[in-house]
Amino acid sequence: MQYSRSLLMILYLLKVIIMLIRRKEFLQIGSLATASMMMPRFLKAFESNALVPPGNKVVVVLQLSGGNDGLNTVIPVRNDIYYKLRPALGIKMDKAATLTDEVSLHPALAAFKSLYDDGNLAILNNVGYPNPDRSHFRSMDIWHSASKSNEYWNTGWIGRYLDAQCSGCDKPTQALEVDNVLSLALKGETANAIAVKDPRRLYGTSNEKFFKEVMKNHGPTHHDEEPVEYLYKTMAQTLSSADYIFKQSRLHPTGTTYPNTDLGNGFKTIASLIYSDINTKVYYISLGSFDTHVGQEAQQERLFTQMNDAVKAFTDDLKKNGRMNDVLLFTFSEFGRRVAQNASNGTDHGTANNMFLISGGLKQKGILNAMPNLADLSDGDLKYNIDFKDVYATVLKNWLNADADNILGGHYNTLDFV
Amino acid sequence: MEVSNQLKNQHLMWRAGFGPSVEQLRDLPKYKPEKYYKALVKASAKEPQYINVASDRLIDLYEQQQGTGKRKTLDETQRREINRMQQAAVKDLNLYWLKEMVTSPAQLREKMAFFWHGHFASRNGNIFYNQLLLHVFRKYGLSDFGTLLKQVSRSASMLYFLNNQQNRKSRPNENFAREVMELFTLGRGNYTEKDIKEAARAFTGWTANSKGEFVFRENFHDNGEKTVLDKTGNFNGEDVLDIILENKQTAKFITQKLYTFFVNDKRDDTIVNTLAEQFYNSKYNISALMETIFTSNWFYDLKNIGAKIKSPIELLAGIQRMIPMKLENDAALFNMQKILGQQLLYPPNVAGWPGGRSWIDSSTLMMRLRIPQMFNDKDELNVAPKQDDDVMMGRRTDGTAAVPEKVRAARKIYGAVAAKIDWSGNINQYEKIKKEQLLGVIKNNLLQADSPNIQQVVSKNIDASSREAYIKSAIVQLMSTPEYQMC
Repeated sequence: MQYSRSLLMILYLLKVIIMLIRRKEFLQIGSLATASMMMPRFLKAFESNALVPPGNKVVVVLQLSGGNDGLNTVIPVRNDIYYKLRPALGIKMDKAATLTDEVSLHPALAAFKSLYDDGNLAILNNVGYPNPDRSHFRSMDIWHSASKSNEYWNTGWIGRYLDAQCSGCDKPTQALEVDNVLSLALKGETANAIAVKDPRRLYGTSNEKFFKEVMKNHGPTHHDEEPVEYLYKTMAQTLSSADYIFKQSRLHPTGTTYPNTDLGNGFKTIASLIYSDINTKVYYISLGSFDTHVGQEAQQERLFTQMNDAVKAFTDDLKKNGRMNDVLLFTFSEFGRRVAQNASNGTDHGTANNMFLISGGLKQKGILNAMPNLADLSDGDLKYNIDFKDVYATVLKNWLNADADNILGGHYNTLDFV
Repeated sequence: MEVSNQLKNQHLMWRAGFGPSVEQLRDLPKYKPEKYYKALVKASAKEPQYINVASDRLIDLYEQQQGTGKRKTLDETQRREINRMQQAAVKDLNLYWLKEMVTSPAQLREKMAFFWHGHFASRNGNIFYNQLLLHVFRKYGLSDFGTLLKQVSRSASMLYFLNNQQNRKSRPNENFAREVMELFTLGRGNYTEKDIKEAARAFTGWTANSKGEFVFRENFHDNGEKTVLDKTGNFNGEDVLDIILENKQTAKFITQKLYTFFVNDKRDDTIVNTLAEQFYNSKYNISALMETIFTSNWFYDLKNIGAKIKSPIELLAGIQRMIPMKLENDAALFNMQKILGQQLLYPPNVAGWPGGRSWIDSSTLMMRLRIPQMFNDKDELNVAPKQDDDVMMGRRTDGTAAVPEKVRAARKIYGAVAAKIDWSGNINQYEKIKKEQLLGVIKNNLLQADSPNIQQVVSKNIDASSREAYIKSAIVQLMSTPEYQMC
């Protein structure tokens, strides 16, 4: 009895000391600190094994670039039409990862099957939009901007989410792209997200003596109307953000081993940031190219292996740290591919596609809607029956508590998966 | 405050060209801008030489593919080879044209071509179509807008990009008609959907052959009566373009775009409307319009000087004009364009590049600031651009072999840019300048937007080990500032 009491005393004192030291980091939390984060950390440490504060829902968007072939991802293993139109490419049931009697996953996605079995995976079929465009850059722009297919918008849906979160803030880090170049999806009207592939490298670059001095010498804000001021504002935000991101990435770096691929390392960075106090709510990362006009089997298998291993490491990591319920990971591609295979053992650009939704906090799990109707095609292509903007609306409204209508420039239905 | 001739002429060079070259620095203070402009016009007067980067082998294979050559059909390997050569050739054309922008004395001509190539935005995987369209921009960029519009509308590149070869009487495709009205001439909101449908009917039959020549396919053409923009008749495509040109809104829309590109992102509508009247009344004479713009007093107002953010191409070309260099591998320039968000011949979509502040985000800004050091071999291009599937897979519906590239290789690590800079021009230029004045003089030659503290920062970090080192480090540092991004 006495022994455990003095142990508690020591722990208590330790926590107080840690709290005092950590106060500086606590103050780094952005404006969106939730109620649970205001609670002193030493108290929360008693609640669970992890030293990491729970709460704070985040979204991770995994973009499959190039038009992933959905039919060989979520496979209709009892559909004759599928095998008839894909004599060589069709994946047989005994090779695939079984989900149900009728549906299997691509053989390289074993971890996705596990997530399905654990109730952490949902699949949305036939996601697309009216008057689909089959050009990569056009369709990707449409998915990024959430525009209609005949509109050209210069901002992205996550960028506009950032506008709302970051009005006048000095560090637009509420959305982060794990890449070197910023996608349209994360460009807003007034704010742009930060693209950072390697927090250490961005920190190094932005801390170069010359740039720091240029910033310092510029002084506080000048007349905002002068065009060069926009560059200084961006530079100031970049330097602050680079600092903030790097320091946060070192707060509670994950101890889990991730595959040494671009995607693996990207997810590792994301996990480390999730465990920190950073104010980031949306992470964005890409994998590609899935543009399998020729020799689809090898290319899709290679990429899916990367995706499977990276997502497995990520979700295992999150589960270990009790954060699986706080994270919603979803995949998308700018279009699916045609039902019939082509003459080069590949497939050509198509239309509607499926999306994976992964979280411990799903309200609906498993296969959420009917598989594509291969007897009712549009000129050889799948017909969509869920507008992707409904998916965005659901994520924005139900997961991020944001004003979806404003961000998407219109009202869309919310679904019930979260 | 009196704006010096030097500043005015620098302003003129950044807007009517790609920035002053180091050789031009001597002349800039000597002439009034009107005179300097006359020299620019003269240097652009000759008809441009057609640029061809396609190798004989590619030309030969391409002709075989189209069945116009001697030998018969091609096998899979050959078709893949053609596709790869086509992709490589378009890249070569990009780098060739960029080099023209750097070295050509016909700065005005190349700058106008650069503007039109962003206005009439088109993408194509076929090198021959690209070369033909580029020549249209360079040849007709200073002529009259009517001629330019018609040449572009009949180009293989544009017809295929906007799917007009699929536009026929039985199954009209409206894309071409829509973009011509919305983006190339009248602007959004100045026509109806009905106008588009009817105009599309007029453009039926407008196609191009594999040589890139315009071909009118009579049997695709809908020769019924049409009503476009309140005019009725049995119109063909040419008629519709004439109707569009008769509409003053076209002059207004084009003038607005020219103003925001060449003068200031913030439009002065009084000036624009006057210019538009002039443009329309002169039957869309482009060189007369540009002369008015570049020789008017308001153009040299302080509020217009240093007011625009340089586009990636203006930045890259401008740097090379001031510090001439030889690159071991031109591919670095191609990757830089990609990373900065603008590649010649690869507009993001038919609306072109929005420009202005959209050039700047945290990544592109840091990259811009680091580029001079990369050229100077003190930094590495350790950033990989995003992939571009449309180009990589070579998928066009234009008749070129629909055979894609082999599976993508693992990501390369980008290293040193390996540029050899020729500093002699700059060393000579500043020969007679006293040490104390050197930094100030260099700064005035390089920056159109000034910050009172920039000179201070540069002088603190300068390499004073020798006069040469001083000049070099001054130039590289000044180019590494936010101020240098403005022109």
